[in-house]
Amino acid sequence: MSEAMRRSIEASMPWLVVVGLLVIWQASVVLLNVPSFVLPAPTEIWAALLQYRGPIFQHATYTMISTMAGFGLGIVVGLLIGIMIGSSRLVYAGLYPVLIGFNSVPKVALVPIIVLWLGIGQPTAIATAFLLCFFPIAVNVATGLATVEPEMEDVLRSLGASRLDLIRKIGLPRAMPYFFASLKVAITLAFVGTVIAETIASNKGIGYLMIQASSQFRVALMFAGVGVIAVLGIATYAIFAAIEKRMTGWAMRGKR
Amino acid sequence: MEDFVTLDNVALRYGGAKGTLALSGADLKIRKGEFAAVVGPSGCGKSSLMKLMTGLQPPTEGAIHVDGAPVSGPLSITGMAFQNPSLLPWRTLLQNVMLPLEIVRPHRHQLASRKEEYLAKARGLLKTVGLAEFEEKHPWMLSGGMQQRANLCRSLIHDPSLLMLDEPFGALDAFTREELWGVLQDIWLEKQFTTILVTHDLREAVFLADVVFVMSARPGRVIATHRVDLPRKRTLETTFDPKFIDIVHQIRNQIAQIREDSKAA
Repeated sequence: MSEAMRRSIEASMPWLVVVGLLVIWQASVVLLNVPSFVLPAPTEIWAALLQYRGPIFQHATYTMISTMAGFGLGIVVGLLIGIMIGSSRLVYAGLYPVLIGFNSVPKVALVPIIVLWLGIGQPTAIATAFLLCFFPIAVNVATGLATVEPEMEDVLRSLGASRLDLIRKIGLPRAMPYFFASLKVAITLAFVGTVIAETIASNKGIGYLMIQASSQFRVALMFAGVGVIAVLGIATYAIFAAIEKRMTGWAMRGKR
Repeated sequence: MEDFVTLDNVALRYGGAKGTLALSGADLKIRKGEFAAVVGPSGCGKSSLMKLMTGLQPPTEGAIHVDGAPVSGPLSITGMAFQNPSLLPWRTLLQNVMLPLEIVRPHRHQLASRKEEYLAKARGLLKTVGLAEFEEKHPWMLSGGMQQRANLCRSLIHDPSLLMLDEPFGALDAFTREELWGVLQDIWLEKQFTTILVTHDLREAVFLADVVFVMSARPGRVIATHRVDLPRKRTLETTFDPKFIDIVHQIRNQIAQIREDSKAA
């Protein structure tokens, strides 16, 4: 097999798997006569998606906006906390255990409290998305900063570089691959946060749509909702993976 | 000639009052414009000596003077290169060489206005070491020897009057190493900055230096000083000169003796 052929097969593998799974799904539903309120066939889900494309699009946009807002907040706060705990041992000692403790709390448990403060609607979704996604960013940036080779720092310190110089010239550029890698994780977590908040406390968004569809037994619509979330998640992941590759090509040396 | 670097009875202890004593009673004097080499058995505190002289580490006892003033912190008149080239992988060679100018005063404030001049200087240095065509390459695309050349350029870009080299050629193969001795000697002959080379390669020390200091086992101190009065510019032929071989042998015997003694102790 030629190299080009092997590579094109490699690139189409995810699609082949998805198509394969859908075919198996469709076949088993038809052959085993599964009622559509238990598990609708892919064709039914597609029909629901087309039928409700207007409202689905509206709710998806709403979810997307909440997610992006929470993600944006997460980047800012995550970067700040990451820089602080990565560049100061004292802040690290004080803040890191607290962060770990905070991160081990299931965020769903926090949503009722957030609702109490921010009410039902978008602010709660944004806050939940933010709470879920800032942690990996902070930890990754801190790791990048804390693992700078001492020789690199010595070279600059011997020239009289200040702490700020060290962070700007070495720490931050070195932490960038860690930062962009964490963005891929954080964006998917932000989606999880938004949808969780929407299922509990919202009048809009894909999460809300799912709850509505569930209460009305529109199972195909629920699955359509899940599909839309998956597509949104994959799309944003791909965008940040592309940005990562562009910004930190030096860290992936030698790879295609 | 005046003394440019002096160490008076310097001691260095790591990790508090009960920690390891790396140096004890170290004395040495290096004249302005001189090329000095420090050799010794491994673990004798050669690298600690470097950290002291650049002000990265304060001494536990004793005094260190550079250019007549006591050392109390990092000095911008020093350039430094280590065994690990430690070039920044996200920068091109040219950007790496320019790095000290972004840190050292007064250059950092003139970077914008004198950009062309600085770039020309960095390119000139890269050319001297034979890297002119690689200036836009990233360090990890190049061999270890090439990286070490760029490292040398970086340590020289801000015209230091004191150059500190900590086993800069230690990780290179013999041919590249000998080639870089020549490159370093040429630059030094041209600019005449004071240089301190820490190395475990005795031929390297004798080839490059005017004066070789031999250190004892830990806690390190200077136990012998050898003046190398071989004519400049030295070539690889010099390394076969009986006088050269004689000096190398003397130093080797001294270090062998130190190792014996420390084993017996």
